[in-house]
Amino acid sequence: MIRDPKDLKRYEPKERANHWVVGISFILLALSGLAFFHPAFFPLTQLFGGPTWARIIHPYLGVLMALSFLGLYFRFKHLNKITAADKEWLAKAQNMVNGNDHDMPEQGKYNGGQKVMFWVMAICMLLMTVSGLLIWRAWFGFDITLVRMGAVVHAAAGAVMIGMIFVHVYAAIWVKGTIRAMWYGTVTRGWAKQHHRGWYRQITGK
Amino acid sequence: MALQSLDIKQRSATTTPSTQARQTVEIAKLIDVSTCIGCKACQSACMEWNDLRPEVGVNVGVHDNPADLGAGAWTLMRFSETEENNKLEWLIRKDGCMHCADPGCLKACPSPGAIIQYANGIVDFHQDSCIGCGYCLTGCPFNIPRISKEDNKAYKCSLCSDRVAVNQAPACVKACPTGAIQFGSKEDMKDYAETRVADLKERGYKQAGLYDPQGVGGTHVMYVLHHADKPNLYAGLPENPSISPLVALWKGVAKPLATLALAGVALGSLFHYVTKGPNEVSKEIEDEIEREDREKEAAK
Repeated sequence: MIRDPKDLKRYEPKERANHWVVGISFILLALSGLAFFHPAFFPLTQLFGGPTWARIIHPYLGVLMALSFLGLYFRFKHLNKITAADKEWLAKAQNMVNGNDHDMPEQGKYNGGQKVMFWVMAICMLLMTVSGLLIWRAWFGFDITLVRMGAVVHAAAGAVMIGMIFVHVYAAIWVKGTIRAMWYGTVTRGWAKQHHRGWYRQITGK
Repeated sequence: MALQSLDIKQRSATTTPSTQARQTVEIAKLIDVSTCIGCKACQSACMEWNDLRPEVGVNVGVHDNPADLGAGAWTLMRFSETEENNKLEWLIRKDGCMHCADPGCLKACPSPGAIIQYANGIVDFHQDSCIGCGYCLTGCPFNIPRISKEDNKAYKCSLCSDRVAVNQAPACVKACPTGAIQFGSKEDMKDYAETRVADLKERGYKQAGLYDPQGVGGTHVMYVLHHADKPNLYAGLPENPSISPLVALWKGVAKPLATLALAGVALGSLFHYVTKGPNEVSKEIEDEIEREDREKEAAK
């Protein structure tokens, strides 16, 4: 859906669908995973039909997320190479957070923060997948030291991932006009010009 | 259900204290390896009392039968051939849950109440609350719990908590024909062990001693070993067992701190929004774009 014919297309339907498969599996994984992370969250298992079902379902959701994340990874990896302008942007990120984005360096389709997010998520996803397989007792029985390391890495990478996703979601809420890019694929020209001027110039030729 | 006649000292995945008001006597089972003849009566008694009928296995070439502990084999005689004091020794150790004072399984378990430690020291699995994740296997320093292939629940020796609750000794103790397995208060068992150790020393086993590893806070199943300096000889009994530092890290303060950090990020975001306000497209840029559109329109 294009609300205004002059809006700019930011995401293809396939990219959006891929993002939301990852997003939904992440939400379900975070809720069921937190239940086993700390007793305070154990009641979350009720959302999955009880604790045993949560334990059964969680790793399969993990496989779904790992595979669909691989899709996102290959779709967006080439757009997330960190450049000198990104480093400059990251050095000035504090100004941006404080609400002053006037003297931020010009950014392409993604800014330095988004690129850092991409790579942290990619690394965490890899760690989660490997460690998750190590502790998946229903199918595997690895060496006990590997299983123990897997348990530590899985909990740590999971916590980092949940924290990063909070930031990801909040950034989308905070920067008005962003979420629609993931719902129906377009952004306004003003949004693009303000936040991603390099990308704006690239696709409008201005 | 927890046994009503036994107080609960600790339960898994529970952050508030369990019953503390009453003090009960700590019990222990003492296994005197030096007087064990390897008859496996303890294994049979365990199966009989606990109604366990594991599938009949195959001979794997050694005297151990079954080859390993299992969901239906909570205790197992492990046989080791060693050469000590220039002679062959056939060491026999009755393996099973050690009932640690600081149980790694209970620490690792994510399901509230699936693992219980009674005030008398027994560590018991409650399969009705078990979710089958296998974290108890990850936490155990003695490689004891086993997950059933049929129901995905974890099983291990209960020290016959149901018998102990009504002042009966565990089934294996009752069945032992040589008195190699003794049961009573932990203090009494330590005293008895001392007499056994003294006897062994007199017979030339200079390194005889009691195995009650302090790395796990002591255990409620203890061994009298003729080679207490080399517990590894006895089918790999660990020398200084303790909860793995990885498990301690995994189940220690890191998680509550991470939970606080996550709450901080979420609340920080909310307060950022209400103090700094949303990041909207500036009026200037909107005007610029509108002006461009008007100019384009006029040029047509």
